[in-house]
Amino acid sequence: MEYFIQQLVNGITLGSIYGLIAIGYTMVYGIIGMINFAHGDIFMIGAFVALISFIIFGLTGVALPVILLLVLLIAMLFTACYGWTVEKLAYKPLRGSFRLAPLISALGMSIVLQNYVQVAQGARVKPMQPLISGGLEFFKNSEFVVTVSYLQIFIVVLTVILMGIFTYLITKTDLGRAQRACEQDRTMTALLGINVDRTISITFIIGSSLASVAGMMFVLYYGVIDFYIGFLAGIKAFTAAVLGGIGSLPGAMLGGLLIGLIETFWGGYVSLEYKDVAAFSVLIVVLIFFPTGFLGKPDIEKV
Amino acid sequence: MFRTFNKFLSLIAASLMLATVSAKAEVVVASAGPMSGQYASFGAQLKAGAEMWLKHVNKKGGINGEKVKLEIGDDACDPKQAVAVANKFAGQGVAYVAGHFCSGSSIPASAVYNEEGIIQVSPASTNPALTDKGGKYTFRVCGRDDQQGEVAGKFLADNYKGKKVAILHDKTAYGKGLADATRKNMKKAGLKEAMYEAYTAGEKDYSALVSKLKSNNIDAVYLGGYHTEGGLIVRQMRDQGMSTKLISGDALVTAEYWDITGDAGEGTLMTFSPDPRNNPAAADVVKEFKAAGIEPEGYVLYSYAALQVFEQAAVQAGSNDPAKVLKVMRKGKFDTVIGSLSFDKKGDVSLPGYVFYEWSKGKYSEL
Repeated sequence: MEYFIQQLVNGITLGSIYGLIAIGYTMVYGIIGMINFAHGDIFMIGAFVALISFIIFGLTGVALPVILLLVLLIAMLFTACYGWTVEKLAYKPLRGSFRLAPLISALGMSIVLQNYVQVAQGARVKPMQPLISGGLEFFKNSEFVVTVSYLQIFIVVLTVILMGIFTYLITKTDLGRAQRACEQDRTMTALLGINVDRTISITFIIGSSLASVAGMMFVLYYGVIDFYIGFLAGIKAFTAAVLGGIGSLPGAMLGGLLIGLIETFWGGYVSLEYKDVAAFSVLIVVLIFFPTGFLGKPDIEKV
Repeated sequence: MFRTFNKFLSLIAASLMLATVSAKAEVVVASAGPMSGQYASFGAQLKAGAEMWLKHVNKKGGINGEKVKLEIGDDACDPKQAVAVANKFAGQGVAYVAGHFCSGSSIPASAVYNEEGIIQVSPASTNPALTDKGGKYTFRVCGRDDQQGEVAGKFLADNYKGKKVAILHDKTAYGKGLADATRKNMKKAGLKEAMYEAYTAGEKDYSALVSKLKSNNIDAVYLGGYHTEGGLIVRQMRDQGMSTKLISGDALVTAEYWDITGDAGEGTLMTFSPDPRNNPAAADVVKEFKAAGIEPEGYVLYSYAALQVFEQAAVQAGSNDPAKVLKVMRKGKFDTVIGSLSFDKKGDVSLPGYVFYEWSKGKYSEL
């Protein structure tokens, strides 16, 4: 039982990170119907910006909560700029051309970002000493002591808060209404006087800043990053988005949690060697019975 | 018009080819390893050793009157890329390769070198299969994992009698080979492992694995794998409140291990050959490395020594022709910075085996 709870905590933490990245995939898909394959690399850029700012602020000796907040804001700002630029350079000129064109340019963008970071920052792993250590211990009297580190709590709480904010943004504000309108019919939305290009740009900015939050968490939690982390995390997050139903915001979060939990529990109870196989097998089975994922809307007909 | 232009072009091409042939009064050697990717710190070690040797040998006027040129190959520890690098070396007329680093790269590359008649001396690949199954052009100046596993297996059986030891590996030629060798020797010495698991290299999340180790009350983890994963595993073990000891092999001999673990790495044990930096024959070279701002840790001096072997063999043979150098290498004795050495029939080196090192406060020292 205690072991189960420990693995649950591990899985939820991992799932939160996947979920935050998955939101970026799902939002972009929802609004322009393309898979932004460069999103995993945007996450990687977010992680690098966070690492660099942690090191800079670490030297100033400012209090820890202030550092966390500053790094969060800086990472979001920088990464949002990257997301915005990627959209303007690689996707906007191709809007209205045939459906595969932006997909190919997304793959190209992914390679460009990866190689850019490899050249600019070097190919070696970039480590960071643990910033937040320690945690809470439960079931102290039993044989297995469950440890929940402060970092794990921080990650889950931050994810829940961000999810709350963005759900409100999409469902209750003018911006969210404009986004949902673009999702349904772009031409009609434009006729009604909404700036479609701006709405799409804002979507990219939101998705990228969420990815940068995931990047910051990654740096804090694992402490080691390299230019290649975007690939694996991107694939997993994309899978999460598909599993939860691509185009749906709660679906992305649900998918992320599911992938995180499946990986952890399979690794914990069956075999660590085949945990990726397990995660992707579940994806296949789910897609057989729910072709649009758990919370996806069946009426969308795109790539 | 176009035809004249074409003729002109081919004339230039022909003269260029002639130029390369006539400029070939130099011998080309190569150093290969993971210059990029997550094991790049080891590639940097090999490169540093090779470049220092190049400086020294060319200062002496080259080998047998020929200037030496050094090519650097980047295999990123990827078996496919290693074969591509080997083929590229063959095209560049390389006579001698000091490489590669990962066993998973050295083994497939050795097939190319044997076919092309290029001598390969690996400074760091410890998997037994490299020389057991390798051809006559394959050598190494480091130990073998069956030796390393013997030392580690015996140590575990002696120190953890009646306790629980988990064996982990990363599914690579090096990692699995080392883990299995240790497991075999541990069993022979009377201790059976409590857990045997494989993980995937390059991953960052080991929390599920760590919880599993914790629930099995593991006292010591033996890891067949590289420092990037080993560092993360030990760090995540400490995060979950475990004080389990990590014991691993020679792929932890890089300062980068401590960069990853921080204080969590305190007390980690690893096996490696007796530190060549303490070798009196290496004193001058070590000083020179330090003056250049390079710490000759891990495999730096092995890379230097692998190239010294070529230099001395070629001088003894009086020729830079690989076939003639090979004959001398099979029989001769060479004085290198890692000690006086010779090779056995398989191409393994006659150097003392492995000893234990302990990581403490960012440095490793002999136990």
